[in-house]
Amino acid sequence: MKDLIIKIENPVLDIKNLSISYNKGKYAVTNVNAGVKKNSVTAIMGPSGCGKSTLLRAINRMHELYPNIEVKGKIFLNNNDIFLMSSIEIRRKIGMVFQRPNPFPTMSIYDNVIAGYKLNGIRLKKNKKDEIVEKSLKDVVLWNEVKNSLKKKGTFLSGGQQQRLCIARALAFKPDVILLDEPTSALDPIATKKVEQLLIKLKENYTILLVTHNMSQAARMSDYSMFMYLGELVEYGKTKKLFINPVDKRTEEYLTGKFS
Amino acid sequence: MERVIKDKIFKGFVILFAFITISPIIMIIYKLVIKGYRQININFFMQNAPDTYEAMIALNAGKIIPGGILNGITGTLFMVIIASTIAIPIGLLIGVFLYENKNKFYANIVRDITDILQGVPSIVLGLIAYFWVVKSITNGFSALAGSVALAIMMMPLIIRSTEETLKMIPETIKEAGFALGVPYHKIILRILIPTSFSGLLTGSLLAISRIIGETAPLMLTALGSSIVNLNIEKPTSAVPLLIWEFYNDPNMVDLVWSSSLFLMGFVLFLNILSKSLNGECRM
Ligand SMILES: Nc1ncnc2c1ncn2[C@@H]1O[C@H](COP(=O)(O)OP(=O)(O)O)[C@@H](O)[C@H]1O
Ligand SMILES: [Mg+2]
Repeated sequence: MKDLIIKIENPVLDIKNLSISYNKGKYAVTNVNAGVKKNSVTAIMGPSGCGKSTLLRAINRMHELYPNIEVKGKIFLNNNDIFLMSSIEIRRKIGMVFQRPNPFPTMSIYDNVIAGYKLNGIRLKKNKKDEIVEKSLKDVVLWNEVKNSLKKKGTFLSGGQQQRLCIARALAFKPDVILLDEPTSALDPIATKKVEQLLIKLKENYTILLVTHNMSQAARMSDYSMFMYLGELVEYGKTKKLFINPVDKRTEEYLTGKFS
Repeated sequence: MERVIKDKIFKGFVILFAFITISPIIMIIYKLVIKGYRQININFFMQNAPDTYEAMIALNAGKIIPGGILNGITGTLFMVIIASTIAIPIGLLIGVFLYENKNKFYANIVRDITDILQGVPSIVLGLIAYFWVVKSITNGFSALAGSVALAIMMMPLIIRSTEETLKMIPETIKEAGFALGVPYHKIILRILIPTSFSGLLTGSLLAISRIIGETAPLMLTALGSSIVNLNIEKPTSAVPLLIWEFYNDPNMVDLVWSSSLFLMGFVLFLNILSKSLNGECRM
C-alpha cells in the first residue's frame, strides 16, 4: 500500500487529506495526499471526469469563487497554509494556465503580460514594466515573434502564441508554482511541441504541475506522475517507474489503454 | 416530381411573406421621401418651428414653409442625453446583478419585474412621471419629467441587453482574472465591461432608438416649447411632439412629412450603427 504514493522530501506543495465536493456528499476528489517536488514537472493523468481539474483548481483556491463547492483538508506552500494567505498573495505565488488560451480580449500583448499588476492596482515604473514584459515573453520564447507588435491585441495571435502569452502572464508574477490544466489540448501538434519544450525549460526556475489527459505527453515531459481515478489519487511516483512498472492494477490498465 | 412542386410552392410562400414583411417599410420610406424632401434644407436644422401665421403666408404665396425643427431636435437630444444618463448606469448595474446571480430567487423576481416594466404602456409611464416629477419636483412641465419617463422606458431594454451581452463572454476570461488574484469588483469593471463594451453600446443605441419617437409620455411631461430650451426645469420640445403639433395645424402639414422623414432617418441610422457595432463584437 505504501509504495503507491511516493514520499517527496521538502515539497514545495504539500497536499494533505484533500477532499472536494461540488454537491453535498458527492466527492469529486477524495482524500488526496501528495507532495510536489521543487523544480520538477509533475503530471496529473487520468480519464476524463476523474477529478484532475478539480484537484488542480484547489491549489490556487479557484473553488472559493463558487459558494457551493466544499474543500476539506490542507494545502501547504513552502510550509505555509495556503488557506491563511490573502487571495492576491496565493495567486502571485501560484500561477494558473487554462485549457483554452484566454488572453484578455481588450488588452494589448504588453498589457496582457502585466495584467496581474495592472488589475491589482500595483503601480510600477515604466522601465520596470518593460523589463517584466520582456523577461516574461523571453521566458516563453515569444519575444522575437511579438516584440514589434506589443501594442496589438493579444487575441490577434495564433492559438499557440496566445497560450504562450497566457503562460507569460502567469510568469510575470514570478510564481513558485505554475498550474496548467491541459494547456495543449486546444493546440495543433507544432504549437503543442513548442509549449512542451518551453515547460521543460521553465522547470529550472519554477515548479510545474501539469494536468494532461494525454499519457504520452506525461511520459515525454514529466519527472513525476500522478494517476487519478474516480476522484482518488491511485498512484504517484517517478514517471519512468510508474510507466514501466505500475503497482496498482488500475494504473496498469489505464497505461495500456484499457480505459481512457 | 411531386417534391419539386412542393419545393416550388414553399419557395413561393417564403418570397411572398418576405415581401409582405418588407413592403410596409419600403412604402413608408417612399412616402416620407416624396412628401418630405422639399422642406429639408439648412434652415430645417437651424431654425425653430414657425408659427401658424408665417406658415399660412408662405402657403398662400406658394412658397415652402419657413423655419425648421431646431427646437425639436435640441429638445430630443437634450432629453435623450438626460434619460441615458439616468438609465444607462442603473440599467448596467442591474444587468450585472442579474448576470452574477443567474439562478437566484431574488434575481428571477427582478428579471420578471423588468419584463413587466417593458410591457407597461408608455402613456402610463408618462402619467407616473407626471406625478413624480411635474407635480412634485419641477412644479410644472419640464425636460426632466420627459427624461424620467423616457429613462423608465429605456431601463428594461438596457438591463436585458447588458445581461445577454455579459452572458456571451466565456467564463474562462473571468477565471483568468480570478487566477491573477483580481478582486471581484475589478473583474467586472476592468475585464467584463470593457470586453463587452461594443455589445453594451449596441444595447444602449437600440434603447435610444426605441424611445426617440415616443410621443405620448412627452405630452404629459415635457409638453413642448416653441423655442430651444436647455433648462431641465422648463417645458421642452421634441421631434415627435412637433410632428403632433404640425399635424394639428392645417397650415403646417408639409412639415409633418419632413419631420417624420428626419425622425425615421435618425432611427434607421441608430439601428444600422448598432448593428454594425454588434457585427464587430461578434468577430
Ligand atoms: N462545476 C461543477 N459542478 C458540478 N460538478 C462538477 C463541476 N465540475 C466538475 N464536476 C464533476 O466533478 C468530477 C471531476 O471533474 P473534473 O475535475 O473536471 O475532471 P477532469 O478534469 O479529470 O476531467 C466530474 O464528475 C464532474 O462531472
Ligand atoms: Mg479537466
